[in-house]
Amino acid sequence: MNLTTKVLMVVAALALAACNNPRGGSGQWDDANGFGPGAGGIQSGALGDPNDPSSIAHFQQRVGDRVFFDTDASTLNDTARQTLAGQARWLSSNPQYTILVEGHADERGTREYNVALGARRANAAMQYLVSQGISANRIRTVSYGKERPVEACPEPRCWNQNRRAVTVVSTGLAG
Amino acid sequence: MTDISMPPALRVPVMARLILALTAGLALMLGAAAAFAQSSGPLRIEITEGVIEPMPFAVPAFVAENSAGQQFSDQLSRVIAANLSNTGLFREIPASAHIARITSFDAPVQYSDWRAINAQALITGAVSVQGNRMSVKFRLFDIVSGRQMGDGLQFQGSTDAWRRMAHKVSDAVYSRITGEGGYFDSRVVFVAESGPRENRVKRLAVMDQDGANVEYLTDGRALVIAPRFSPTGDRILYTSYETGTPRIYLMDMGNMRRQVVGDQPGTMTFAPRFSPDGGSMVYSLSVGGTTDLFRLNLSNGQRTQLTNAPSIATAPSFSPDGNRVVFESDRSGTSQLYVMPANGGEARRISFGQGRYGTPVWSPRGDLIAFTKSHQGRFHIGVMRSDGSEERLLTASFLDEGPTWAPNGRVIMFTRETAGGDPALWSVDISGRNLRRIPTPGPASDPAWSPLRQ
Repeated sequence: MNLTTKVLMVVAALALAACNNPRGGSGQWDDANGFGPGAGGIQSGALGDPNDPSSIAHFQQRVGDRVFFDTDASTLNDTARQTLAGQARWLSSNPQYTILVEGHADERGTREYNVALGARRANAAMQYLVSQGISANRIRTVSYGKERPVEACPEPRCWNQNRRAVTVVSTGLAG
Repeated sequence: MTDISMPPALRVPVMARLILALTAGLALMLGAAAAFAQSSGPLRIEITEGVIEPMPFAVPAFVAENSAGQQFSDQLSRVIAANLSNTGLFREIPASAHIARITSFDAPVQYSDWRAINAQALITGAVSVQGNRMSVKFRLFDIVSGRQMGDGLQFQGSTDAWRRMAHKVSDAVYSRITGEGGYFDSRVVFVAESGPRENRVKRLAVMDQDGANVEYLTDGRALVIAPRFSPTGDRILYTSYETGTPRIYLMDMGNMRRQVVGDQPGTMTFAPRFSPDGGSMVYSLSVGGTTDLFRLNLSNGQRTQLTNAPSIATAPSFSPDGNRVVFESDRSGTSQLYVMPANGGEARRISFGQGRYGTPVWSPRGDLIAFTKSHQGRFHIGVMRSDGSEERLLTASFLDEGPTWAPNGRVIMFTRETAGGDPALWSVDISGRNLRRIPTPGPASDPAWSPLRQ
């Protein structure tokens, strides 16, 4: 399997994840790699069975791929630490994967500040994973600021979901 | 494209009534500022809600001096009327109310006919077309005092640029009457949005300040944010997620070629803005969760770190003399505005009101700094003097952000988003008057005003 095929597989897997995930999942790879929205049409089994502990589906649904933050904060609360500790255990057991930690902000701030705030949140999640023994070489971070909310409603219950760091798993592409 | 056929106009004295409506708007702005200047002690913040009586004016269809000019005679006067009316300082008297008919550009003006309909200013014009070249002339009359105001002017150019000629006439009229620089012959670069909020497609676009002539600069495959014009309007800086990581791109508006600038592997770069000489940019660089400000010389690539703090510093903007940079930082715990020397050094906090402050932008006049403020769940566009005094909030809504200055420093455009609605571009003048939505083909955000075109 060449690199391009692998990328496509990951894109397809994430697109599928987005369809399966009622919270909307994470579809940023489409834009990031210049693929159009049509990539979601590719059928693939790469997501795997959530009952398979080494599958991406298992990571997303059982381990939990995201943590949430208070308004204008990047401090990890107890729930977030537990989730990240679980991610670290899974990554230790599945060394074939690398991760991209995406930091996101809610819509209640200015665009530039939110990019910086998302970077801080992604870094907080990354540092915790590193403290749990995951090599920094396996982790990349990016901030989407307020550009990619998962919930669109103009209310606190949606903003709570949008202030997040999402761990996106892929196979050896972080390099 | 501009040929001035006669010596530059001298501003001639006008009678009190003419001055009245005109300067009333400006006096209101200055008066408001003066009122704040007198108060010392704690900051006093107020949303200005002045109302003035706009000056009535008439702009009959321009006289077509040949048959090819006929198609433009009405269009030119319509664009001029819209420009002036949209300032809120002027009110057009419609052609249906006119008594006199302007059939010759050089025939004497019958002042009594215009006084009878209460016009205080009259703009007459003529247009002729030869092939794809056109010539546009205009004169401005002070109806109250019964005299021409300044000399007539003539503009020549391509018929494709007919709107620009209407904007040039509008700028000349506006400048003569208000004593301020014009801003109609300018463009706005912005982000055109489409698609669902969770997977928004964002394209760079550019248009005339009145929303005409929209052109798209990117295809929407990559997320783009916050474009900024160079001081001569020939280049833009913007941030794109094309590679998956936010990076700054420099685009040449002439040939649409672009290049990555300021990139450093393992970092995110964003929030760029040109220096007043166009030779360098200031921007934010994030690494390890910390965001600092840097300056990059765009010709030799030399990089200077301007801030070094374990916090966020972003949204930098140069003073028009290039000596200082205003920016936003949360080093105190919440986002506030700071001013520092343009090569770094000690930063002085200038915002002390309640709430969070962001996206400061220095006025092209140097007198004011516009900003976004959020407080108690509301967002505002405001202005303060560059030392932080005389803060005034101009707007309030669910989400107002990202001010940009008109070239004359009298009008501010910004992004407004209503709760659950799409973002749109709005403008307001610095007195807080004349809040208007700018027409765009769809949802739009992140406007940046160009300088006045040459």
